[in-house]
Amino acid sequence: MSRIAHTFEALRQRGEKALVTYLTAGDPDLETSEQVIHALVGAGVDLLEIGFPFSDPMADGPTIQAAAERALAAGTTLHGVLALVARVRRHTNVPIVLMGYFNPVFRYGADAFARDAAAAGVDGLLLVDLPPEEAGELHPQLRAAGVDLITLLAPTTPEARMARLAGAAEGFLYYVSMTGVTGTQAVDPAAIAGAVAEVRRHSAVPVAVGFGVTTPDDARAVAGFADAVVVGSALVKVIATHAGSPRLIEEVQGFARALKAAVTPDAA
Amino acid sequence: MSRHPDAHGHFGPFGGRYVAETLMPALLELEQAYRDAKADPLFQREFERYLREYVGRPSPLYLAERLTAHAGGAKIYLKREDLNHTGAHKVNNTVGQALLARRMGKRKVIAETGAGQHGVATATVAALFGMECDVFMGEEDIRRQALNVFRMKLLGARVHPVTSGTATLKDAMNEALRYWVTHVRDTFYVIGTVAGPHPYPMLVRDFQAVIGREARAQFLEAEGRLPDLLLACIGGGSNAMGLFHPFFDDAAVRMMGVEAAGLGVATGKHAASIGAGSVGVLHGNKTYLLQDEHGQIAHAHSISAGLDYPGVGPEHAWLHASGRAEYVAITDDEALRAFRLLTELEGIMPALESAHAVAQALKTAATMRPDQAILVCLSGRGDKDIHTVASAMGVEL
Repeated sequence: MSRIAHTFEALRQRGEKALVTYLTAGDPDLETSEQVIHALVGAGVDLLEIGFPFSDPMADGPTIQAAAERALAAGTTLHGVLALVARVRRHTNVPIVLMGYFNPVFRYGADAFARDAAAAGVDGLLLVDLPPEEAGELHPQLRAAGVDLITLLAPTTPEARMARLAGAAEGFLYYVSMTGVTGTQAVDPAAIAGAVAEVRRHSAVPVAVGFGVTTPDDARAVAGFADAVVVGSALVKVIATHAGSPRLIEEVQGFARALKAAVTPDAA
Repeated sequence: MSRHPDAHGHFGPFGGRYVAETLMPALLELEQAYRDAKADPLFQREFERYLREYVGRPSPLYLAERLTAHAGGAKIYLKREDLNHTGAHKVNNTVGQALLARRMGKRKVIAETGAGQHGVATATVAALFGMECDVFMGEEDIRRQALNVFRMKLLGARVHPVTSGTATLKDAMNEALRYWVTHVRDTFYVIGTVAGPHPYPMLVRDFQAVIGREARAQFLEAEGRLPDLLLACIGGGSNAMGLFHPFFDDAAVRMMGVEAAGLGVATGKHAASIGAGSVGVLHGNKTYLLQDEHGQIAHAHSISAGLDYPGVGPEHAWLHASGRAEYVAITDDEALRAFRLLTELEGIMPALESAHAVAQALKTAATMRPDQAILVCLSGRGDKDIHTVASAMGVEL
C-alpha cells in the first residue's frame, strides 16, 4: 500500500480527517523549508504538499506568487527540491506530494523526473496546468515509478467530466473550493458541501478540499464533509511574516497544531 | 498541414490545452461554440459584413516601387493592415471573437495587451457591441505606450496595470488568465494572438486568415501568379499566421517569419523564441520558449512592445519544426532603420513590429531577381511608436 493510501486508511480507522499543508520549497531558502517541514510533521500534519517554484504561476494569487519569486531569487530548482525531499524522507513517513506547474517537470524530462522523484521518496505529483487530456507524456512514467498523479476538480467541472475524472483518480482527489486563484477568497463551506459529497460518491480515493481554507474554523467546517483539508496561502503567509525570526518554527507549529486540532473531532 | 490542429488542439508535438481544471470546461465550451459558429453561414456573413463595413476591408495590396528600387532586387508588395480601423491587423480577430462572445451570451470581455494594439482593438469592439471590457497591460508597456492606454480608456475599458514578473506582455497574460479563472462563468477572454490554450491558436488563425485570402487573390490579380516569398513579423505570430495559412498548400510559396533580435541574439536580450529558444509549456500551450535549463521563463527584449514575448504560437513552432516556414530575426536598430526608410521612401510609417518584416524584406529582396516578388504583411501603423522612435533618435517631444 502506498504511503498516501496507508495514511488515509489509518486516519479513517481512527475516524479522523487529514490535515494537508502547502509550502513553497526554497521560500526563503531550502534550509528554512526543511526546518519548517520538520515543524509541520511534529505538529501532526498528515500530508505535505511541497511546491516547486515557477516563474509564471498562472493559477496562484499574490501570496504564493511572491513565495515563488523569493524561492527563485534564492536559486531554488526542481533538483534542489528533490534533494530536500530525500533529506526529509530519512526522518519521516509522512506522504509527500510535489505541487507546481508542468514546465519545470517537462524540462527535467518525464523519465528522469519519475525515477528521481520516486528515489527521493515523493508519493504524488500535482500539476496545476496539466489536465488529464495532456498527461499522456508523463503519467505512464509516474505510474511505473509508483508516484501518484493527483487530479484536480473545480466548481466549474461539469458532472459527467467530474464522474469520469473522479473514477480514474489515484492517491486522492483535490477539489478546488472556489472559482479563482489560490488564497484570494475565503472558502464558503456551506456552498461546497454538496459538491464535495457528489465528488466523493464518484471517487474511489479520498477527497481533499483546498484554495481559500485560511483559519482553524474554516478547516473544522471543511473537515465536516471532506476527507482532507488543505491549507496553503495562510501557512505561506506565516512563513513570510516570520522568516529570519527565531519565532518562525514556534509560529508555524502553533498554526499547524491549531489546524490539526480543528480537523480532529475529539481533540477539543 | 492545413488540417491542423487535431481534435485536442495539437499541431504535431506542439499546442494543446495546458490549463487549470477551472478553465477546462470553458475552453471545451468555447471550442464547441466556435465549431458551431464556423459552420453557421449567418455567423460568417455577419463577420464578413463587419470586416467590410466597420474594419474597412479588403485592405489594399500595394507595390512599394521606391522601396523595391532601394532594395535592388525582388518586387516588394505591402499588405496594408495598417489601414484597418484602429490601425493594425488585431481588429480582424477581435471582431470575430466579440461576435462569438455575443453568440455565447457573454457581456464581459477581457484581454491582455503588449503594445496596446490588441487592447485597443478589444476595447473598440467592446464599445461597438456594448460589452464591459477589462484590459491587462504590463506597467513597463503602459509607460511605453501611453497613447494606446488613453485610447482604451476613452473607449470605456478599464486598464489594469500588471507589476508582477517583467511587467510586460507575458505577465499581462498571466494576470488575464488569473482574472479569467476567477470570472470564467460570465467572462469571455479575447486572446490577441495565435497562442494560448486550444482552441485559441486555431480560432485566432481562422479570424486572421482573411489577410492571406485577400492577399492571395490581390496578388494573383496584380501579377497573374503567386508571390515567391511571404514575410511577416512574429511576436505570438497572428499577422504572420493570418497571411501564411491560405498559402499552406502552395508549395512553391516560401514563408518567412521575422522574430525580434532585440539588441542581438548573441546578447541574450532578444525575443527570438524559435531562433534561440527551446520547447516548453507556457500559457496553455507547448511551443518554443525563452527559458533556462530549469524551465523558468526568461525575459524577452524588443524595442517593439508587441514582439516582446518569450513564446510563439504553437502552429509556428510546427511550421518551423516541419520546415514549411523559415524563421529569422531582426535587431532593434535594423527595425528602426527600416521604419525611417519606409517613412522617407513611401510616406508610410509602419509600426515597429511591422518594421521588422520590412527590414527583412530589404535584406532578402536584394538577394532575389527583379522578376521575383515578396509579399510583406504591414501589420500596423507607427503612430503609437512615435515616442519610442523619437527617443531612439535622441529627440525630445
